[in-house]
Amino acid sequence: MTPIQTQEMRARRQPASALSRLIRNPVQLISAIILLGLFLVALRNVLPLNGAAEYQPDQFARQLIFGLAQGSIYALIALGYTLVYGILSMINFAHGEIFMAGAYMGFFAITAAQETGLLASDPVLALFITLLIGMLSSAVVAVLVERIAYRPLRNAPRLVPLITAIGASIALQQIFLRLFGASTRRYPDVGWFVLPNACPALGTQGLDDTGLCRGIDLIGGRYDVTVIGLELRILPIHFLVFALSLALMIALWLYVHRTKSGKAMRAVAEDRNTAALMGVNVDRVIVTTFILGGLLAGAGGVLYALYNQQVSPFIGFLPGIKAFTAAVLGGIGNIPGAMFGGLFLGVVETVAPSMLGLSSQLKDVIAFGLLVMVLIFRPQGIFGEVLSSKRG
Amino acid sequence: MSLLEVEHLHATYETIVALRDISFVVGQGEIVTLIGSNGAGKTTTLNTLCGLTPARSGSIRLAGERIEALPPHEIARRGVIQSPEGRKIFARLSVLENLEMGAFSRRDNRAVKRDLEDVLGRFPRLRERLHQPGGTLSGGEQQMLAIGRALMAKPRLLLLDEPSMGLAPIFVRDVFESLVALNKQGTTILLVEQNAHMALMIAHRAYVMQTGLITHSGDAKVLRKDPAIIRAYLGGA
Repeated sequence: MTPIQTQEMRARRQPASALSRLIRNPVQLISAIILLGLFLVALRNVLPLNGAAEYQPDQFARQLIFGLAQGSIYALIALGYTLVYGILSMINFAHGEIFMAGAYMGFFAITAAQETGLLASDPVLALFITLLIGMLSSAVVAVLVERIAYRPLRNAPRLVPLITAIGASIALQQIFLRLFGASTRRYPDVGWFVLPNACPALGTQGLDDTGLCRGIDLIGGRYDVTVIGLELRILPIHFLVFALSLALMIALWLYVHRTKSGKAMRAVAEDRNTAALMGVNVDRVIVTTFILGGLLAGAGGVLYALYNQQVSPFIGFLPGIKAFTAAVLGGIGNIPGAMFGGLFLGVVETVAPSMLGLSSQLKDVIAFGLLVMVLIFRPQGIFGEVLSSKRG
Repeated sequence: MSLLEVEHLHATYETIVALRDISFVVGQGEIVTLIGSNGAGKTTTLNTLCGLTPARSGSIRLAGERIEALPPHEIARRGVIQSPEGRKIFARLSVLENLEMGAFSRRDNRAVKRDLEDVLGRFPRLRERLHQPGGTLSGGEQQMLAIGRALMAKPRLLLLDEPSMGLAPIFVRDVFESLVALNKQGTTILLVEQNAHMALMIAHRAYVMQTGLITHSGDAKVLRKDPAIIRAYLGGA
């Protein structure tokens, strides 16, 4: 037996380690070096090595709260991408505009509520109606997009519905532009006061223009407080957005796992033809999927507009593409993956720039850099399984 | 009137003419088998019956009602249930959920529960694995699950596509024995098989397909002794 043979055999016997695989792939290697560098920079900013750290815990806590709120909006949108991908193996690139439609229709609802005085007299009911109208509008738009742009192409090559998706996205943006104009519209100020006995603790921050304290303002309020030694500026809306999104995600999970039509949806996602053989109306399941995605995106749209306070036909683009990133990050087609991916992306893009000592304008670079990293190192996403050749 | 009457059926599958002027009947309470080599059109026949492959011309009647233009889920609701080739278990759904999917279009919940007990009694291995994902089952267990899932639909006509495929001989015998037992209890079966020997043993009647045509038909006992069939499909012995 020659030495060369034994070497070969030894190599064959030992599976290549992750490190040796990394070194053999130049793209992965360079990316890994960049990642390591970023990590070291972050470490230097966080740890007080020479004097004080650049990055303070209060800043982190503040950004974490905002990141979770922002991330839960991404998660709500990302669920729409992932649900549709799970059933049809296609990316619904018009989903950002479906989100925008909800925010925009919500604007009309909340403005009408303001004009009729309902917003002032019963803000909870007005907000509920706004949310409902936003959700329903998005669902209607989602169903129309499916009916017009995707269903006629159900059996076409996979590239074709991708192109009509982009077309539907542009069309929706233009329709809203022609109908309602390019100007940015402002959501009215809303005061939803709770916990009136918190007033003494709020001090002067709880007072309104007339010097009266009505409690904590859940929508428009912002309060400087100190919690366990951290100086925080708390916006209750961030907690409200997070809680509502979480509730919707739990509702979705219950629907998918605890109802008969949720079971049918999972069956269609696995094997459309076999589900049809069991008596499942596949078209109806597909429409249901678009409705669910639309409802979640519409809720996300209204919540997003509530804390950003502005809507325009263009607001769907960036959150849409970010949420798509989140869905890929979590593993597209995977429901918990989309939830996690959304929250993760929201937190990372909020926290990372200041942790790295960069301008917060670079947050989009970080978000999409993250997408590139995931595609290089773990293309199936964090929660994703490697697709079998049959589906992939 | 037979339960299933197929007359002058033509179908194309991905631009290939797959079925040419197919006519056959399946009577209430029968086991009828379609045999033939690979690519003869057996699976296409089943898929056309189920509405997955559109019929180009001809008619399919279920108890007199024409069904060839109905979508797949409507045909399934009328009791034509296929257990497809390769079993097609929902790998990520649990065994129980797979069985429940079989009963998807039924509304009689109490009877569904009884039938679930019946299926689990018939295939005790499934009861042991009730909450396991379907994809973790062995090939034989998956075949049991596929048949059990089809039974949960309470089929008027059970279509089976290659139930013996990929199974060890001992499982093949199990599967065929359970088919005979089912038939004795009144289930009408249309069986597609490459294992022509086994199929002809349990079937009442048989049709032989070749390149989209039915070339022979008759009593299974007679076909089993036909020299041409023996030469072509029964290994020449």
